[in-house]
Amino acid sequence: MRSLAVGAILAGLTAHAAGAQPLDARLPTCFACHGENGTSQLPEIPSLGAQPTFYTTVQLLMFRDKLRITEPMNEMAKGLTDTELQKAADIISKLPPPTPVSDTPDAARMERARALSQQHRCNFCHQANYAGQENVPRLAGQREDYLLKALRGYKDNTRRGYDAQMSEVVYDLKDEDFVELAYFLARQK
Amino acid sequence: MTYSSRPQSLVLAGTVGVLLMAAWPAAAQQPAPLPPGSPLIGRPDTADAKKLAPVPAPPVAAAADKLPVDKLKAPKGFKVEVYASGMPNARSLALGDKGTVFVGSRLLDKVYAIVDKGGKREVKVVASGLYRPNGVAFKNGTLYIMELSQLSKIDNIEDKLDNPPKPTVILDGLPKDEAHGWKYLAIGTDNKLYFEIGQPCNNCMPPEGYGTMRRVNLDGSGMETIAKGIRNTVGFDWHPVSKEMYFTDNSRDWMSEDLPNDELNRMTKVGQHFGSPFCYQGNLPDQEFGWGRQCSEFTPPIALMGPHAASLGMKFYNGNSFPAKYKNQILVARHGSWNKTNKIGGDVVLVNIKKDGSAGPIEPFLTGFLDNNSYVGRPVDILVMKDGSVLVSDDWNGAVWRVSAGSGRTAAAR
Repeated sequence: MRSLAVGAILAGLTAHAAGAQPLDARLPTCFACHGENGTSQLPEIPSLGAQPTFYTTVQLLMFRDKLRITEPMNEMAKGLTDTELQKAADIISKLPPPTPVSDTPDAARMERARALSQQHRCNFCHQANYAGQENVPRLAGQREDYLLKALRGYKDNTRRGYDAQMSEVVYDLKDEDFVELAYFLARQK
Repeated sequence: MTYSSRPQSLVLAGTVGVLLMAAWPAAAQQPAPLPPGSPLIGRPDTADAKKLAPVPAPPVAAAADKLPVDKLKAPKGFKVEVYASGMPNARSLALGDKGTVFVGSRLLDKVYAIVDKGGKREVKVVASGLYRPNGVAFKNGTLYIMELSQLSKIDNIEDKLDNPPKPTVILDGLPKDEAHGWKYLAIGTDNKLYFEIGQPCNNCMPPEGYGTMRRVNLDGSGMETIAKGIRNTVGFDWHPVSKEMYFTDNSRDWMSEDLPNDELNRMTKVGQHFGSPFCYQGNLPDQEFGWGRQCSEFTPPIALMGPHAASLGMKFYNGNSFPAKYKNQILVARHGSWNKTNKIGGDVVLVNIKKDGSAGPIEPFLTGFLDNNSYVGRPVDILVMKDGSVLVSDDWNGAVWRVSAGSGRTAAAR
């Protein structure tokens, strides 16, 4: 069902040539995938709410200039001005943060991930509450599958960062660490 | 800060650091104790340390009328002005035979050209769609561009600035690691292209081939490794008389606020090992990888450039318009620290080089990029122009500054 929905949205995008529309006309398409209020209901599509504006501006710029390749996003950001990127980032930053997974977490897994986070200083740049700052994204309550995808992408160099900080961080981390970190972060408020 | 008060602090920073470390509160706040022998024991996990994060450069250039020209200071008798602006993330510099200044970028996809038309300068994009095109070099009409993992060229570039062809790749297949993967590029006195394969991490035992200085012929062939133990160099040049290669190297993060220092190194023969990750700054065994090794096994730096200062581009001053004391001395652009509470760097310093090739005192040259512990600009690379003036790129403002001597007003002298 969900993949069908994304397919339909993407088909619509191509038909209407998002690249020629102003920002306001594109926003409904953004939230069609990223969820109403910016909380994503779709696998591997990130929630956007409460992301720092610097981070979102930079990511949109990277999509627009094809420094980061994710086709639907390259299409969505195509032709936007720097001012529109900034405006989109401002709008997103004011959306509510995503609601964290609310199950009863596995205490042992949470503790392993907490130790990993400390050792690798995730809690420095992303802050102790994982709300992010400046060019460092919010991680708290992000979709677990998206967090895992992003970490794996940094490890195999398919996810291009603005700078190389995350590549340095994941150098010493293994895939099982990513699984634990994603589990932990998706459950942070 | 006065012109003469700074040199000592560069050298003494390490000593002060040892005292500070002793006063550091033990990392007792950690809820999960680390296993015995963990290399992570003793690393700060305090609220203050957690404020430290890399300082991201804006992805757009500062508007020409917003450039902090009044903040920058040079020695008496020098003039500082904007050479060109509007080049987001302006990084490495190279000079064409006809006076074109080429500018690489690291976070964006472009290489720019600054064309001087009777004092009025025009900025053009000569290549785009590149990946981390940090390195640029020029020889015999050809522009060479070093991306993350490949080297390319555009022949007769200065005749095609308005309609340049796509760069032709002459070497590819270099590692794609992002960490310290962006590359400086320069052409040696032997007409070979030099670049480094940086360590793919902050501090690790690098896989074979990493942490090495390489060189290739101008057609991309004949790659050789000529030095090892280099963590991340983003600037090198050759002594105008001895022809020896000198290069900066950025030391590791997270050891201490005040250690280790960045290095200025001198290569006297092929095959030297400069210490990383076993020994930093020539006298400090690494706390993880230094066990069982001696710093005396490695070639020590000729100067310590300050902890976390991010010493990047460097050039011997071989122009004729500066006072005689500058001749064949090194100007080093210090991008400025992030892994340090009280930031240092954000300046260009002059390293005095003695007749025997060793380094003497270090003194400030162009300062003011660091203002009240925040950056208003960040210097990256140095270029000596034919008229003897010096250009300094600034990736924070997307601009290039010009410092000249003995002409016009001497604004903002210290």
